[in-house]
Amino acid sequence: MARKSRKAGRRHPLATVVLIAIGLVVTGGGYALLSSTTTATADTSATSQETIEEGQKLFAANCATCHGMSLEGTADGPSLIGVGAAAVNFQVGTGRMPMAMQGPQAMQKPPQFTDEQTAALAAYVASISPGPAIPDPSLLQGDGDATNGGELFRINCAMCHNVHGAGGALTEGKFAPELTGVAATHIYEAMLTGPQNMPVFNDDNLTPEDKRDIITYLKYLENNPSPGGVELGSLGPVAEGLFAWIFGLGAVIGLMVWLTAKSN
Amino acid sequence: MAHDEVSGAESSASDSSAVETSRTASTSTAVIASDVVNPGEPAHRQRVTDTDPKAAKRAQRSVYTLFYLSIAGSIFAVAAYMAFPIENDDVGSVRLNTLFMGIGIALALFGIGLGAVHWAKAIMYDKEGIDIRHPVRGSDETISRAVEIFDEADRESGFGRRTLIRNSLIGALIAFPLPGLVLFRGWAPQSEDPAMLLSHTMWKKGARLTLDPSGIPVKASDVTIGSVFHIIPEGLNDAPDRLEQKAKAAVLLMRLNPDDLNISPGRESWSYDGIVAYSKICTHVGCPVALYEQQTHHLLCPCHQSTFDVVNECQVIFGPAKRPLPQLPIEVDSEGYLVAQSDFNEPVGPSFWERS
Repeated sequence: MARKSRKAGRRHPLATVVLIAIGLVVTGGGYALLSSTTTATADTSATSQETIEEGQKLFAANCATCHGMSLEGTADGPSLIGVGAAAVNFQVGTGRMPMAMQGPQAMQKPPQFTDEQTAALAAYVASISPGPAIPDPSLLQGDGDATNGGELFRINCAMCHNVHGAGGALTEGKFAPELTGVAATHIYEAMLTGPQNMPVFNDDNLTPEDKRDIITYLKYLENNPSPGGVELGSLGPVAEGLFAWIFGLGAVIGLMVWLTAKSN
Repeated sequence: MAHDEVSGAESSASDSSAVETSRTASTSTAVIASDVVNPGEPAHRQRVTDTDPKAAKRAQRSVYTLFYLSIAGSIFAVAAYMAFPIENDDVGSVRLNTLFMGIGIALALFGIGLGAVHWAKAIMYDKEGIDIRHPVRGSDETISRAVEIFDEADRESGFGRRTLIRNSLIGALIAFPLPGLVLFRGWAPQSEDPAMLLSHTMWKKGARLTLDPSGIPVKASDVTIGSVFHIIPEGLNDAPDRLEQKAKAAVLLMRLNPDDLNISPGRESWSYDGIVAYSKICTHVGCPVALYEQQTHHLLCPCHQSTFDVVNECQVIFGPAKRPLPQLPIEVDSEGYLVAQSDFNEPVGPSFWERS
């Protein structure tokens, strides 16, 4: 037939395609609007069961070899019962765990897990048995009293970490790392949980406000140049002595030789 | 050099070019002929600024350039003082101010010094000269005149003749420094025996263990396994000699698993449920021992690396210390606070002569 008859039904041949397209848009848009998965806000206080299950899977794949399938510990790694989300966030977030090899100290290295995976692991460990929690962000802003923080740092921390936070040696291959460039949350968690051979500074010893002040002091040190000039690693008399004896005394001797030499 | 076996003197081989008239009379050395020929002075060596006029011009230019640089440095230092002022709340401004002023002043002074030395070495007259050293002994007339003067003074003052005046003056001169002895004797600590001071600290029965620096008392329940508390005795912050007392009374409080502790007989009551307190003052030279390794239970002193084993009552396991850290006996009072049972049972810190 040359022309379709328009009288019966008056439907365009493309009407079916358009109708199907409209149907798809309506159902898809309706699903997107009414679906319950929201990613706009991250809820830090209450973790969902999904997070804990993801954490359990990550733990079984990466950590259970040394720490046991139910965190009971093995000959290669201690039990994680009661360490809390703070310890997991610190160890995994700074890359110390998973440990690359047994030794006197777990070394800091690039973190192996993303922030979400770290949070999942922390939620899982905390769900098995409660322990120190990840600190409240209001304590990590660096807006405390740096003077009080400095005094507390010198009394509690400077003997291992150096008066400027440049780090120091302990016995038999262990060391206290330098504190510049460390995230405030990791500093707080390290104080709270006492990783490896660092002692525990619980909230009765250093209150949360004290910890906030110490973090403020460390951030002050990090952000302000030393008024005395080049810090030479803030190692004190050893570095400064090396510099003075080699360059200073060298220059003096050189000048002395030039002074007493005959003009050529 | 030739030696004279009889007198042991060496023949002098210097100043052969000058005629020394009084040499034989004054030095009283026996001069003997020898086969050693005096080589004389080395030949005068020309400097490059003497031989090469371009080098001389260059040296002259260097000298006045250095002096001009010195002027520039002085002006730069003044400008830096104004351009990089020290701000009240900017710690970095101190660094810049000091650095640039220092560079300017260093350039100013070095410029003068280097320029002057270079001028003297390279441009100034440099021929060698000889200064004859005259004999030390004076002439006979001078000596006899001096003797005359002394005699005259003695006669005119009557010092030798008037023995009463002379002796009483000598007595007065001996007596006048004696008050100084008494004055300076007051510098020594008189009322306190230093051995007693070193043997006792502020700790006594019932003194509460408090946090350093706040002075807040510590409850036994606050101390968890692996904790380290830095402790001062209650009342230390109000003591008039706070720092001297703190230097003896500082204590480190730790909690270990009670099963890990090896407690010797007689010290069973000194700890409480794994909570132990030890003096923080190293028994080697007195640094504060506070580097506690939580897992190995070793306590390290940062100064000379004496290592103490907390599990075995702080026995020394490494390093120059010879005695273990004294333990402070502690108990819990009725409110749950940690208190000392008594002072330390031995003097804290390094050895001293009267230490038994």
